[in-house]
Amino acid sequence: MSVDTATVKKVASLARIAISDADAERLVPELNNILGWIEQLGEVDTTGVAPMTAVIPNHLRLRDDVVTDGNVRDAVLANAPVAEHGFFAVPKVIE
Amino acid sequence: MSDLTDLGVAAIRDGVREGDFSARDVAVAFSAKVSAAKILNAFLVETPEHALAAADAADAARASGETLAPLAGVPIGMKDLFCTKGVAATAASHILEGFTPQYESTVSGNLWKAGAGMLGKLNMDQFAMGSSNETSAFGNVISPWRRSDGGNAPLAPGGSSGGSSAAIAARLCPAATGTDTGGSIRQPASFTGISGIKPTYGRCSRWGVVAFASSLDQAGPMARDVRDCAIMLEAMAGFDPKDSTSLDLPVPAWEQGLNASLKGKRIGIPREYRVDNMPAEIEALWQQGIAWAKDAGAEIVEVSLPHTKYALPAYYIIAPAEASSNLARYDGVRYGLRDLPEGANLQEMYAVTRAAGFGDEVKRRIMIGTYVLSAGFYDAYFTQASKVRTLIARDFEQAWDSCDLLLTPTAPSAAFALGEKSADPLAMYLNDVFTVPSSLAGLPAMSVPGGLDKDGLPLGLQIIGRPLDEQGVLNAGLAIEERAGFTARAEAWW
Amino acid sequence: MVSEYRIHGATGEWEVVIGLEVHAQITSNAKLFSGAATAFGAEPNTQVSLVDAAMPGMLPVPNRECIRQAVRTGMAIDAQINKWSRFDRKNYFYADLPQGYQISQLYHPLVGEGRLMISLDDKNPDENTKEIGVERIHVEQDAGKLMHDQHPTQSYVDLNRSGVALMEIVSRPDMRSPAEAGAYLRKLRAILRYVGSCDGNMEEGSMRADVNVSVRKPGGELGTRTETKNVNSVRFVMAVVEQEARRQVDVLEEGGRIVQETRLYDPDKNVTRSMRSKEDAHDYRYFPDPDLLPLELDDAFLEACRASLPELPDAKRARYEALGITAYNAAVLTAEVEAARWFDALLDLGAKPVAAANWVTSELFGALNRLGKGIEDSPVMPGQAAELLALVADGTLSGTLAKQVFEIMLETGDAPGKIVAERGLKQTSDTGAIEEVIAGVLAANPNQLEQFRGGKEALFGFFVGQTMKAMGGKANPAVVNELLRKALG
Ligand SMILES: [Mg+2]
Ligand SMILES: [Zn+2]
Repeated sequence: MSVDTATVKKVASLARIAISDADAERLVPELNNILGWIEQLGEVDTTGVAPMTAVIPNHLRLRDDVVTDGNVRDAVLANAPVAEHGFFAVPKVIE
Repeated sequence: MSDLTDLGVAAIRDGVREGDFSARDVAVAFSAKVSAAKILNAFLVETPEHALAAADAADAARASGETLAPLAGVPIGMKDLFCTKGVAATAASHILEGFTPQYESTVSGNLWKAGAGMLGKLNMDQFAMGSSNETSAFGNVISPWRRSDGGNAPLAPGGSSGGSSAAIAARLCPAATGTDTGGSIRQPASFTGISGIKPTYGRCSRWGVVAFASSLDQAGPMARDVRDCAIMLEAMAGFDPKDSTSLDLPVPAWEQGLNASLKGKRIGIPREYRVDNMPAEIEALWQQGIAWAKDAGAEIVEVSLPHTKYALPAYYIIAPAEASSNLARYDGVRYGLRDLPEGANLQEMYAVTRAAGFGDEVKRRIMIGTYVLSAGFYDAYFTQASKVRTLIARDFEQAWDSCDLLLTPTAPSAAFALGEKSADPLAMYLNDVFTVPSSLAGLPAMSVPGGLDKDGLPLGLQIIGRPLDEQGVLNAGLAIEERAGFTARAEAWW
Repeated sequence: MVSEYRIHGATGEWEVVIGLEVHAQITSNAKLFSGAATAFGAEPNTQVSLVDAAMPGMLPVPNRECIRQAVRTGMAIDAQINKWSRFDRKNYFYADLPQGYQISQLYHPLVGEGRLMISLDDKNPDENTKEIGVERIHVEQDAGKLMHDQHPTQSYVDLNRSGVALMEIVSRPDMRSPAEAGAYLRKLRAILRYVGSCDGNMEEGSMRADVNVSVRKPGGELGTRTETKNVNSVRFVMAVVEQEARRQVDVLEEGGRIVQETRLYDPDKNVTRSMRSKEDAHDYRYFPDPDLLPLELDDAFLEACRASLPELPDAKRARYEALGITAYNAAVLTAEVEAARWFDALLDLGAKPVAAANWVTSELFGALNRLGKGIEDSPVMPGQAAELLALVADGTLSGTLAKQVFEIMLETGDAPGKIVAERGLKQTSDTGAIEEVIAGVLAANPNQLEQFRGGKEALFGFFVGQTMKAMGGKANPAVVNELLRKALG
């Protein structure tokens, strides 16, 4: 599996990273080099092997249904590039 | 009195307790060193007021006869991946410029509770992605070390915790926090002649630490010696209900448990770590390490970790995949950079902001991660990598049948010059060949200085332990440290 | 049940195939992965934790109650509960999604295959039934809210809902008509409300459905489906099925082809329209959330979930029917959990089931309807109703008197015994008194008496009415009948 300029652009668009044609072209050999290298994983026989789910044996803890957080609007909005009337503001979205 | 900045964590702690000097004097001395070493670019933010406040609290506590906290009077450096309340945090990326966390990471909070103070936020590879500290948006960190060839080429301090390693090696701080996703504590420690330990995954809370790859990220200490690492780790570690992957276990008294005898211990030498083109000096250092381990009473056994060569490629699927998702939150809406060209819509704002805010290496990894998760490729890449990860962990489990610890080199080379590898991402990735397997398996692992190469640059030895056996790792580190007698230091040129 | 529903097209008849993905907000105090509150209608961004705002380094910790409620819901539809499940990330960029991904479950959902029964016969829900399969229920986070009308060039983001727990309940494409879709949604809503896992409040967005519709020639291959998102009432779901099926048939008959896409319903125009989603919008790059470990449930947890399940609508209806209550009344009484609880309380107080069911479905529901009140705000409590029914049963009150007393109860809130005592509304079976009144009535109506005796038997009712009137409605009608027959010979 190797990528071409169109794929690089599609991936960049999925990742929401604006990319120039020149950068896309530059990335093609670079990514193919890396992808070609990671593809050696295909050599490994993994039949019957389960994908790792927990790095260290541990189980998921569940918390109690208690309100312990919130009411921190100032902290939530403190770093916002644009915040108005208690909201974050973004360029108008047409749905 | 000798220079206070030559003291390590234990010596400062003990000296403050004994009244040999004041904590304030220590904080002042280190702060002065920090300000004077700007050329190393190790600190992104200096916070002398934080260090001084903690020092004054320690001095006041001592004056009123209180028992001092474990790190009272010890000023440290904080990798900029940790959010500390009210202090700018960027993870060395433009995309977080201007961001001031309104919260304190659990690990930094634990350190402040233990009495430590903060000298500043340390430079690093952007979002911890890199092995040379050359991906920081705020410039390279320059290692205090120089080759003895007289060339004075600026060297990489290793990465991603390169600000931490450089600052400790230059004695700008006695210890610092690091984070290790694929070797980011151990490799920079090796490059700069200091010690660093990545504990078992889950020992240190990830809450409040800017995420790179969640299933791999682990915080740990970096310091000048093994004892200091033990002291720091005791303060940093502990169960945190806010982190679902945190281990609900008591923190052992690692410092108290230090013991340099390896009698009765079997130390495994993994055959597969003898990689092609391994420099003779690294091989020699490894043999020297084996000899030291024997001398300390250990039995040496050869072991096999058959899937070692697949660890790096598996890592370069799993880590970028997780990163591509973890970094989706940097979108210019709630914090950090927003780049909104005239007339741009929301999705364009995302794309332009992220293009402007992320550095090349971060973008490269987001691209790889996005690709390997995308429709049609997920099973071939991500699922296969997760299965290989299971096999890598199984390799270690099987090795533990015949040994208690593993001894390997930390990195395949000494520090390289800045710029030497930055043009070739793959060559850079190969730096982590010895550190990544234990990261994938979540195991505790540490690097301690073993010696110098022909150019007078430090080389580290890595000890890997069973899950939760930080004590065993630290003890083996101590045994090597005592025998290596590593006293070399970077001559101050800055 | 063979559905009759067909769309008549130029090329013949078409069948519609419907599947519903229902998003139901899990009833909980705090959010799925953070400790912020879930209450409806708070000031913007006040019920938001730093986790919900996806600040750097923030981590999710799951809420036990949300898991428990989803498990109980699964049990209520007889579904497989997966003791091992896990959370995945669904990655996409939108302003209401601060993390850049939704934590959901794709590969290993908490609840597997289940089912529920619907009926299309309101009068007799034991008839015309059909089993609708439920493929899965998974637990996931809700998104925040965007407001578009507050500013000319900006949309505002409110994260109060961000991270609220949802169950996504995915049906099999087993429905074949708008009516079946409506019945499924109503039944599902009833079950959720019985279980207590969702308040079912569609106006507040606690429940909304993605409606998957395709058409085909009856019995033919499945057609391409469209998904109409976030439809928030039973009526609208039925309208979407109808409109969308019609539209698809028109497209196909004109030689067009159905595009698999997401659509929106415009209730004002009663049409669905394409959301024109971007090409890549569907590549969600799901992968296991590395911030969370697998969710493993033990037997004790599952047992506790099962033990806490209430009697469910179908079981309750069957029990009522077994008590002699008509199928229709049983269905009416069990449709809403509050009514069923109210009725159960009445039965617990000793009311006779059949009479009680008749009274509740006619008198009580009629009155509540008139007053515009739900049963949860009923001015009459089960205790008072039980007392009223007991007074009817023991002959103290006639049906007419009972109605009078009930009206007074609604107005004053007084107990029926008190009303009867104070207002002397007791029914009389005193034969002497009744005979006396009958004698008076006959004497006062000689013409009618003569006609009756001449064979005009229909006038019997007239004498009953006159007697009852003269007794102020308090005579026992059975006794009046008997004595009149005697007096009229
Ligand atoms: Mg849907
Ligand atoms: Zn959903």
